Formats: sequence, C-alpha cells, structure tokens
Amino acid sequence: MTIGGISMNLTNTPSATYNDSVIRQFSIMAVIWGVVGMLVGVVIAAQLVWPELNLGLPWTSFGRLRPLHTNAVIFAFGGCTLFATSYYVVQRTCQTRLFGGKLASFTFWGWQAVIVAAAVSLPLGYTTGKEYAELEWPIDILITIVWVCYAIVFFGTIGTRKVKHIYVANWFYGAFIIAVALLHVVNSAEVPASFMKSYSAYAGVQDAMVQWWYGHNAVGFFLTAGFLGIMYYFVPKQAERPVYSYSLSIVHFWALIFTYMWAGPHHLHYTALPDWTQSLGMVFSLILLAPSWGGMINGIMTLSGAWHKLRTDPILRFLIVSLSFYGMSTFEGPMMAIKTVNSLSHYTDWTVGHVHSGALGWVGLISMGSLYYMVPKLFGQKQMHSMKAIEVHFWMATIGIVMYISALWISGVMEGLMWRSINADGTLTYTFVESVKAKHPYYILRLCGGLLYLSGMVIMLWNVLKTATSGKPATAHIPAVAAHA
Amino acid sequence: MSDFISDFWPVFITVITLGGIFGCALLLWMTSRRKVSANQGDNTSGHVWDVDLREMNNPLPRWWVGLFVITIVFGLFYLYAYPGLGRNAGQLGWSSAGQYDEEMAKANKALEPLYAKFEAMKVEDLAKDPQAHAIGERLFMNNCAQCHGSDARGSRGFPNLTDHDWLHGGTPDKIQETITLGRIGIMPPMAAAVGNDEDVKNVANYVLSLSGSPHDEARAALGKDKFAVCAACHGADGKGNIDIGSANLTDNIWLHGSGESAIIKRINEGKVNQMPSWQSKFTPAQIHVLTAYVWGLSNN
Repeated sequence: MTIGGISMNLTNTPSATYNDSVIRQFSIMAVIWGVVGMLVGVVIAAQLVWPELNLGLPWTSFGRLRPLHTNAVIFAFGGCTLFATSYYVVQRTCQTRLFGGKLASFTFWGWQAVIVAAAVSLPLGYTTGKEYAELEWPIDILITIVWVCYAIVFFGTIGTRKVKHIYVANWFYGAFIIAVALLHVVNSAEVPASFMKSYSAYAGVQDAMVQWWYGHNAVGFFLTAGFLGIMYYFVPKQAERPVYSYSLSIVHFWALIFTYMWAGPHHLHYTALPDWTQSLGMVFSLILLAPSWGGMINGIMTLSGAWHKLRTDPILRFLIVSLSFYGMSTFEGPMMAIKTVNSLSHYTDWTVGHVHSGALGWVGLISMGSLYYMVPKLFGQKQMHSMKAIEVHFWMATIGIVMYISALWISGVMEGLMWRSINADGTLTYTFVESVKAKHPYYILRLCGGLLYLSGMVIMLWNVLKTATSGKPATAHIPAVAAHA
Repeated sequence: MSDFISDFWPVFITVITLGGIFGCALLLWMTSRRKVSANQGDNTSGHVWDVDLREMNNPLPRWWVGLFVITIVFGLFYLYAYPGLGRNAGQLGWSSAGQYDEEMAKANKALEPLYAKFEAMKVEDLAKDPQAHAIGERLFMNNCAQCHGSDARGSRGFPNLTDHDWLHGGTPDKIQETITLGRIGIMPPMAAAVGNDEDVKNVANYVLSLSGSPHDEARAALGKDKFAVCAACHGADGKGNIDIGSANLTDNIWLHGSGESAIIKRINEGKVNQMPSWQSKFTPAQIHVLTAYVWGLSNN
C-alpha cells in the first residue's frame, strides 16, 4: 500500500509521512522474542520429558523457566506484535501520523526494558507468584508508565484522525489498551517489602479471584481483543475484500468486551470461591461463545468470493487458519467452563493444550501472517525474501500445533480419568505418580510439536532478516482521504 | 450465606448480572432488526479507510443469532436453578458443600459393612488380611508416600517406616495415635547449654561414639560429661524416649543427616519437624486399616 500511497496525489504536505521506524523496531523484535520465548518453551517441554535437563541449578529449573516462557511469548512476542500492528493500523486507518512524536519511540525502548528486566529477574527467582503477572513491583511500575504512553500515542492518533469514522480494528485495539491498563493496575496492587519483593494487596480467595479476573482477561483483551484488531485490518487487506458485516462487528465487539470481564471465576471452579461466583463465571463463559465466534465469522466470511486465494497465498493461509484455531479454542473454552466438564479437565494437560491451541494457533499464526504482510512494506520490498519459506513455515507451524494439542488432549483426558477413578473400596485406583508416568509418551509428542513450531519461527527470523537487510527503511506517504470517508 | 457484608452487594450483583444478560439480548435484537441501507450498489457502508478498506452491510447470520439466544436462555435458566444471583440459593437448593457431603455420606454408607468387618479385627490380624492390606497400601500411596516414599523408606527429615526405629513408638496404638493426631518433634538449639564450639564438637563426637560411628576418641571422651544436658531428653544411655519423641542416638539411624558436621548443626540450631494430623481426612476405620498397613511394614 505504501507504493500505492506514493503514486496517489497528495493533499497533505510533503512532510506528511507515517512514522514507521518504531513499527520496524517492534516488528523485528517481535520475531526475535518469538524465537527466544518459543525456545524456552521447548526447553521446559523437554524438561518434562527428561527432568535432568533442569541441570540441578535453580536458575534453569522448570519453576523459573516456565514464567519466563509465558512472559516472553505473551508480552514480548505478542506484545511487540501488538505494538507494531496497532501503530501500523491506527496510522493508516486514521490517515495521519502517529501522535506524540518521540513518545512512540519511548514505548519501544520502555517495553524492551520491561522484557529484559523480566528475562533477568525471573530466572533469578524474583516473582510475585501471580500467574502471568509474576514481575515484581519496580517492573510493574515501568509497565504502567510505558502503557500510559502507549495509550497517549494510540488515542492521540485516533483523536487527530483525518477520517471521520473510526475503523473497527481500532475499537478492538482501544478496548485492549484500556482493559489491560485496568487489569494490570488492579491486579498488581501490592505492598513493597523491599527492592524486588512485594506482597499482594488482597488476601485469600479475594486475591485468587482478582488474579483470575486478571488472568482470564489477559487472554480476553491482550490475546483476543488486541489480535482481533490485527485480524480486522490484515485479513481484508491481504484478501483485498471488504469486511463481511458491519452489524456483526458491532454486536460481537460490545458483547465480547462486556462478557469477557466476567469469565475469570471458571479458573476457580470447585475451590473456596463461593458457589454463586462460580455460577456467574460459568454462565458468562458460555454466553461468550457467540460473541467470540462473531469475530471468526467476520474474518473468514471476508474471504467470500476470494477463496481461491488460499491456494496461492501463504500469508492469507496463516491469517485464515489462525481464525479456524480461534473458533476452535473459543468453542473449547466455554465447554471447559461448564462445571461438569471442568471437574474432569481442571488441573490437567487438557488446559495446557487448550491454551496452546489458542496461543500457537490463533495468536501465533495471526501474528506471523500480519508480520509477513508488514515487513516487506516497511523495508520497501515487494514481498518477503522467500515466499517458499513462508509456505514451509506455514506447514511446520500447522503440523506442530496439531501434534501439540492432540498430545495434550489425550494426556489431559487420560490423567483426568485416572485421577477420578475410584475402587469399590473407596480408595483411588491410581496414585498421582502413575498418572505422571502414563503421560510420558505424550510429553515426547508434545515436545516434537513444539520443536516443529519453533523451527518454523527460526525460518521466519531468517526470512525477515533477509528481507530487512536486502531492502532499506521505506518512507510511506499519507494518501489522500477518500471522498466518502 | 455469609458472603456479603451488607444487603447492597447481593442486589448490586443481581442487577448488573441480569442487566448484562438482557443488555446482550437487547443489543442482538436491535442490531438484527436494524435495516442497513446500502449507500452504494456494492452493499458496503460507503466508508473507506486506507485507500481500499471497506465493510459490507451483510445482516447477522441467522444461525449465529440462534446460538447467541440459546446461550442467553440457558444462562437465565441456570441462574434460576443454581446459586448465582446474589443471595438467591437457586431453585434446586444445590450447593457444592452439600453435594460433597451427600456423596461422602453415600460412599461411607456403602463402605460401612466392609469397614465394620475390619474394625472388629485386631491390627495384628488386619495386617495379614489381603483385602485390608490392598486398601491400606492405596491409602498409603496416595496420602503418605509423598513424604515417606513409595517404598515407605523415607528420606532426610522423613522417617523410614520399615526399620523398627520409632521416634514415637511402633505399637499399633502409638502408630494409630501418630496418624490420627500428627506429631511435632522439637529439639531446641543446645549450643549455649553445651558450651563453646569446642565443647559442641566434643559432644558431637561422643554422640557418634554411641552408635559406633567413626569419631575422634579423645574428643568423645572430653564430650562425655557435657552430654549430661542432652541426656535430659535422649537419656543417659542415649537411647531416646518415645514419650517425648526424642531420637535414639545409638542405632546409627540419622533422620537429619549423619556425621560430625550434621550433628554439630543439630546441636547448634535444634530442629522442629512435623507430621500433620489425618483425622479430618480419614474416617477412624480407615485410620485403623492404615495403621495395620504401617505396622505390617516392619512386622511381617
């Protein structure tokens, strides 16, 4: 589009260009952190197969590397992708330069500082013990500062837009930025005891509830709303088709952001959480099914009349297959939130498999697709260095995901059934360690799936670096605003 | 229900819950009713972003609306039947604690004849009963093995249950008491009472000499008198006392580590060790069966 932009008659001043340098930075780092985060994931998957790989050292033990993996893939890989795409999308759909001058650049360096601080402090054992919010209070403060600046840049750009209507992708990005700020500030409320040690402001079951209100909305807003923002720009752009239904986007947007906020208690079924809270969590998790699928329908149906492009366009395939995984995991999620199902699935590998069908399938693939779309444009190239490599990456990733999630479905359901199996004399049929032993082959299969997925990501890194180094940073001029906008 | 500190919160929760669900339904109804007029012949809204981004005016898919409605209706029924709306306990009167109690009562009733038979038997006979042994083993593997090991041979800090060495006694009664109430073993730091570092080292060597472990003969001789303060609990002969759970120092079994440095550490720092009580987890009959299993580990 930048090339198209240059050829259009410019109503803006000659200096009216998009700020793409920060997007280039975030895009490259997204790919690098993706490789790092997935590598740590493969290492800990290997540790589950061969515990000796802990090396007997505290810094390389599973308990410290696991939060490093989750933080790296969610906040480093996913976060950098969200920053890159949201800056790209908000400028182009508002047809104005990023607001706030150097503030955008600060968000880049600030966010990288957060990631590096996480990568150092987590293996050293500094943790709040809150899942997906492990980082200690000084880093929490830095995150807050960076996030406020991000909000200023994003909403400032919306506020200075040259197009009358706010494009649907920006609703999702906007909801994601506001909700994540709210979640982070509330859940990270803590009392510092010393440098790098703090205690939660909440106690007991309230603390657990706040934690999972945060935890599930990190999925809902960081990993869903944000990435739906990506979907709403890159799918119609890559397919060169209009978005399927404006009405659908309205209903599913409002229903999604309202309903997600309630779903957290399903992480605490059959615990000390009061029954009424568990019921509400379950009911809203079920009601969430249709709003979630609204996004999938709007994305996939955008392809109406352009299905044939899937045969030839590997980037579009990344985007559309990611929507299929989105649909699958947002069906699986509400089902697992039903208490009867949850009594089998809770605490088992099924949950881990579910998360990864969303993370590898939805978040991962749509990130890769959007980066493959942006990178050549950002570096003044017609397309990625190797289209063949994208094709190879697609198949490695897809096969890797299928291996990973099927392995954990089997091992999860198996261990759930083993745990609940009771003899006629009232004793448990299996000991816990027997269920661990039974999972061994599936852990090997899962490792293979993860290894395939990581290998695809390494190919992507090579492809992106080749594309970047063979091109040079491109200047994108802001095109004239269309008459009907 | 004591979940609420005032009457405000249950009302608040009910209002936003129902408001939210009906809000979703209203949004759905209004949007599916809304006739979208295509500004253009191509069925798009007429808005254009970034040169070529458009959106179409397609109506909501009917099956999707149906799916949404089904989940809303189900949700309302569920909140009618089960606790959810503030203080409302739900029409079915279900609660998780109630379901648990009911299932446990049912299971315990079904198992009553089986356990009645076991309860009538003495621990010594029960240990030879294959069925009781199988039950005891499964109870042990799922509840005791975490600390005492699958082979019941323990590890550092966790007693071996197969070696005839009992801190609190190995008779059936004592084992039953241990399982039921748990045990807390306390040895206070003794360095101040023993004397200086040299004295501590001497006493440690004397302790080692009691079990014939490798030790420094001269130091052991010097430490013998100082052992008097230890004898208060461990006995003058160092054989311990099961009434207070003090360890036998003469049998070369070292729960918290053997050798001079480990013993010096114990004298200097003392030790608190704990086994939890199991009476809230098991019925008395189950504890009886488990006692027989544990007793049998070293008496068969």
